[in-house]
Amino acid sequence: MSNGTVAATEKNFYEEGTSRHKGILGWLLSTDHKRIGLMYLVTIASFFIVGVIIGVFMRLELIAPGPTIMEAQTYNTLFTLHGVIMIFLFIIPGLPAIFGNFFLPLQLGAKDVAFPRLNLLSYWIYLIGAFLVLLSLVLPGGPIDTGWTFYIPYSVRSTTNVSLAIFAAFVLGFSSILTGLNFITTVHRLRAPGMTFFRMPLFVWSTYATAWIQVIATPVIGITILLVIIERAFGVGIFDPALGGDPILFQHLFWIYSHPAVYIMILPAMGVVSEIIPTFARRTIFGYKAIAMSSLAIAFVGYLVWAHHMFTSGISDTARWIFSLLTFIVALPSGVKVFNWVATLYKGSIDPKPPFLWVMNFIVLFSIGGLTGLVVGSLSTDIHLHDTYFVVAHFHYVMFGGTGTIFFAALYYWFPKMFGKSYNIKLANVGVALFFIAFNMLYFPKFILGYMGMPRRYFDYLPEFQSLQLVSTIGSWLMLITMIIVFGNLIHSLFKGKKSHSNPWGGVTLEWHTSSPPPLENFHEIPTVNHEPYDFSQLKEMDYESK
Amino acid sequence: MSQNDHAVTANDQHVHRDDIGSKMGMWLFLFTELLLFGGMFLIYAVYRFQHTELFKLAALELDTAVGTLNTIILLTSSLTVALAITALQKGNKFLSILNLVITIVFALTFMVNKFFEWSVKFSHGIYPGSEDLTSKQNGEILFFGLYYVMTGLHGLHVVIGVALLTYVLVLIIKNKITSENFIKLENSGLYWHLVDLIWIFLFPLFYLIH
Amino acid sequence: MQNDNSKHEHHVTGYGTYILVWLALIALTSITVTVSGIDFGMAALGIALFIAAIKSALVINIFMHIKFDEAIFKVFLLVSLFTLLVIFILTFFDVVNR
Repeated sequence: MSNGTVAATEKNFYEEGTSRHKGILGWLLSTDHKRIGLMYLVTIASFFIVGVIIGVFMRLELIAPGPTIMEAQTYNTLFTLHGVIMIFLFIIPGLPAIFGNFFLPLQLGAKDVAFPRLNLLSYWIYLIGAFLVLLSLVLPGGPIDTGWTFYIPYSVRSTTNVSLAIFAAFVLGFSSILTGLNFITTVHRLRAPGMTFFRMPLFVWSTYATAWIQVIATPVIGITILLVIIERAFGVGIFDPALGGDPILFQHLFWIYSHPAVYIMILPAMGVVSEIIPTFARRTIFGYKAIAMSSLAIAFVGYLVWAHHMFTSGISDTARWIFSLLTFIVALPSGVKVFNWVATLYKGSIDPKPPFLWVMNFIVLFSIGGLTGLVVGSLSTDIHLHDTYFVVAHFHYVMFGGTGTIFFAALYYWFPKMFGKSYNIKLANVGVALFFIAFNMLYFPKFILGYMGMPRRYFDYLPEFQSLQLVSTIGSWLMLITMIIVFGNLIHSLFKGKKSHSNPWGGVTLEWHTSSPPPLENFHEIPTVNHEPYDFSQLKEMDYESK
Repeated sequence: MSQNDHAVTANDQHVHRDDIGSKMGMWLFLFTELLLFGGMFLIYAVYRFQHTELFKLAALELDTAVGTLNTIILLTSSLTVALAITALQKGNKFLSILNLVITIVFALTFMVNKFFEWSVKFSHGIYPGSEDLTSKQNGEILFFGLYYVMTGLHGLHVVIGVALLTYVLVLIIKNKITSENFIKLENSGLYWHLVDLIWIFLFPLFYLIH
Repeated sequence: MQNDNSKHEHHVTGYGTYILVWLALIALTSITVTVSGIDFGMAALGIALFIAAIKSALVINIFMHIKFDEAIFKVFLLVSLFTLLVIFILTFFDVVNR
């Protein structure tokens, strides 16, 4: 600490900002990582809701065979938008940008991230990217209809606003890179005294691994997107087969980023799980180093498997079996994590509060997603299931059932810390239960439909698929109701909730050592760390009383 | 990029200076550039593998002499920017400024050469979408596609580098960058060396295939 | 905890070292240009890339100072280069056998 002034101890970060401005400008120009995290929360959650609503409309169209509420071209646009919004605007930035920003410095015992102004710039770049996505919807030419994968050659031929929409993805990638770069430097440079690498909380470890993927993988999609734009604008021969290009090479480059991006989405979620489980089991995490190292292992192995998205696209047989083999390796570090979490629960004194219940949801849904991943990762079964609803179900179990569930878990776990308010526990439990039912109603039928041969991205289907499609559509309504309850509970508590204790769950990582909401510079005094991260004997020193 | 020139904030302890951290951030950024160009080199490698002979044929259009000249210019500018850093570290502001100015002049010369090189190609009817080019064989179209995109993107980096170096030059003149506090100069130098590094690979891959 | 710059010894590279490296770079450039005129067949690409690699090693180590900086920067660099290498190798598993 440069000088030990504790002048502003009474005020929290809502009352005291980094800029002179008050009101909305005091937020938009703030370099405080907590305010930036909350701005991301508001923006990203809004886009999530937009994505959900688009999804509900898609399900509504599929309630019966043939056109029901929209044209086929509208449907093409909707599934593209659903993908673009959910992937690029919600799930990739989601956990790192919101919770990483808010809690990485807190958990490290730092005052802020390494480059606070760069952090604000990434938020602004994110906003610009989001704005460009929206702009591409309204400009003449029409909204993009290529699917979120922008495959060549259709993406150089489509007359819709492809260039603008993918440029938006490029801009969003830039924001992601800057966030990653910032986090890596923060972890290396701003750990509190005594905070060695192996005393860092596991959320920090997983965010660190994620940051590396953001820095190393994102430029590859950046250049790929740029090349497609250049190809569309100037007719330069790069990927277009009409000019001698190789469309499969585009798919390679696309998935060289987009497969590791799957781990950008899931790794921070796994980190959150590793925070919540010890806190509610009142027991130190089992296999701390194994979990920490498995995060790095997943980040690395994630680079080796991308072509399993391309088994049916005409790549060589040698590449197909090599990538199929490598794909199974990913199961190892993921398995390490799941077994260690379960081992942590063994003989713990479990307190089933809402964040913990969300995590239980996660373990079930993510395991289903992971195991069906083995089915589509095997070359022979994938040939049958490729581009069917089975794949759609698989990645919704992994992404929504995995990362999406943990988005809510993290929100319900850290809500008291971020806002200093407590929420209605009973209603929160109802939300968790409803989510589980709605989720499985919505997506489980798709495994069966896909197995029966229903292709993905189709506007129409055969009559024999009708009953399962109907179940799925009803599930989407239930999901909508669940979302209203889950978000409604928090929004209501934000205004009407009771003031929360600074450590309502009995957590021991550093964010629970400061007040709720934290002061501008996070700690009244920079903490010195002399415990393992999940050493619950600290609770006595922390004056924690369980109720 | 760096923390040193924070505007005055409500709370001055919020600001800290960490040169190693700044440099770490810069290196991480350079890795993103490395992977960005790495993606293009991958495309180049695949197409060269698929169209080995046509790439050789197409490369005959390029002028090795101009390429060599530009290589020497960039290598020398890399030297001068490195000298500028040492000069400033030793407290010799004048020599530092002189070296930076030379670097910028070299960079601009590089761009002028590039401009004439491209103009000659254009006058031969070889440019994206031209009839002459599209009537060639696939491998040649791809070669020139990559030639324009890769040297073009590299040129864009040269322009950004010039802007960065000019900005740093102004700060040195105004004594905002001194022998005590030169991380911005160092980081800009790193960026400039990266531009040089990429050219070190572009040069043999485009100009020296015979 | 954060203001440890003053303690950090800054390594200053002499003018002479830089000029020597520059001479080496120019020499390597003339070698690679000369060699490209000789027909080595398939080996030509390998030779050109080998010389380019030596040149980059000189630039990265001396000009970019990584030899004298924190050890962690070298680790970072190796991670990035290794990732790039892996991407190339795996892509070529497809391209070569297609």
